Amino acid sequence: MAPLNESSSITLSNDEILRYSRHLIMPEVTMEGQKKLKAARVLCVGTGGLGSPLALYLTAAGVGTLGLVDFDVVDYTNLQRQVLHYTSDVGRLKIDSAIDKLTAINPFVKLERFDTYLNSQNALEIFRGFDIITDGTDNFATRYLVNDACVLSGKPNVYASIFRFEGQASIFGAEDGPCYRCLYPEPPPPGLVPSCAEGGVLGVLPGLLGMIQATEVIKLILGAGEPLIGRLVLVDALAMRFREMRVRKNPECPVCGANPTIKDLIDYNQFCGIRGEEGEAPTGAKIPEIQPEEFKRRLDAGESIFVLDVREPHEYQICSIHGHLIPLGDLPKRIHELDSSREIVVHCKSGARSAKAVDFLRQSGFKHATNLTGGILAWANKIDPALPKY
Amino acid sequence: MPIKVLIPTPLRPYAAKQSVVEVTAQTVGEALSDLVAQHPDLRRHLFSEDGKLRSFVNVYLNDEDIRYLSKDATPVKETDTIAIVPSVAGGI
Repeated sequence: MAPLNESSSITLSNDEILRYSRHLIMPEVTMEGQKKLKAARVLCVGTGGLGSPLALYLTAAGVGTLGLVDFDVVDYTNLQRQVLHYTSDVGRLKIDSAIDKLTAINPFVKLERFDTYLNSQNALEIFRGFDIITDGTDNFATRYLVNDACVLSGKPNVYASIFRFEGQASIFGAEDGPCYRCLYPEPPPPGLVPSCAEGGVLGVLPGLLGMIQATEVIKLILGAGEPLIGRLVLVDALAMRFREMRVRKNPECPVCGANPTIKDLIDYNQFCGIRGEEGEAPTGAKIPEIQPEEFKRRLDAGESIFVLDVREPHEYQICSIHGHLIPLGDLPKRIHELDSSREIVVHCKSGARSAKAVDFLRQSGFKHATNLTGGILAWANKIDPALPKY
Repeated sequence: MPIKVLIPTPLRPYAAKQSVVEVTAQTVGEALSDLVAQHPDLRRHLFSEDGKLRSFVNVYLNDEDIRYLSKDATPVKETDTIAIVPSVAGGI
């Protein structure tokens, strides 16, 4: 694999030589390799779970220019795994938090700041100034966007994705290599695969996968080792087992195939079927909702309301409003536990799962099923602040 | 013959939480049929209504995607492993 950049005009100061001495004495790196790292321009899309180890280690390694794309703000729940950010950063833009730490680790790295939402209007322009792109995003629309923009720009996409305690890593968009669409031509419909907020994630997992990405970036720059082109690494962290699948370039791929039909960036939200509406039933009917304040008022008035909680047992252990627990997945099998003549208020954590439950119940003849808007989180915010939030 | 099917995390809730299911089959197609016969809840996650494998779910015989082998008709031997690898997007 040919190395990426013209590095003959790059020089290393005495300080840099001392800093990178452990690289320079390795035959796989040497002064020439370190100069290639300094000449390299890498763009990290996302500075969260995957982006944290990526940005930290690429900075430490001396990648010359590191671009960071992130519009998001540090949230308290991020700190369990997004190690680039500290408790004191909660509420700050992730990109500002990232720049502070990375500058402190290695002031020789030129950091470029893009506090913007990557989209079809700006992606190609942003990618122009970089040689390698890393995908540390958290949704299908952006992943397909990054993929297509990499193929159209002719730049490799060092990819990883995670779910709970499993991860995937590969390099897409390399010359003659497959792209993400060769592996997965289409995304799953929205709501089928839970996000980290809904499904949870082992904090260490993005650390593990982000390090695989960082390693692959370094290898691409140096032209060393065997990169993950045409290879999909699957990591099961609980079993600590690594498997590898072959990824073939699809000759009929619409974006990287012999006769591409996609030559411009498209509307990825539309491609992924995201309509951006809350609480709408799959049938299209509006889900009847009740606000926490109204619910409290009616309970205090002594009304006989059956409270159904459709979260998982481990969530119930964190906090509850003493509802009858039937996890959403079990509802079809356990519907006989419910009385269709009673008023039923259904809740989950934030209102999305319970909306599905109400839709299902209504279609099953439960005319008095209603969704608690905002779920137990809204109840904790508006009615009972002593309730733990998660 | 008996053969193992590896179940990925997102689908384990529909396979009685198992990470490996043993099936009896001569081809990949038969293996997947036996799998959904044993765990009917898996069917809608693997197959669309017209019975085709969902496009965001890949099936591998050992390390090769069955799309590049003989798809459902791909023969299996006892030492083979079938892996189901769905698309996931988490990263943050």
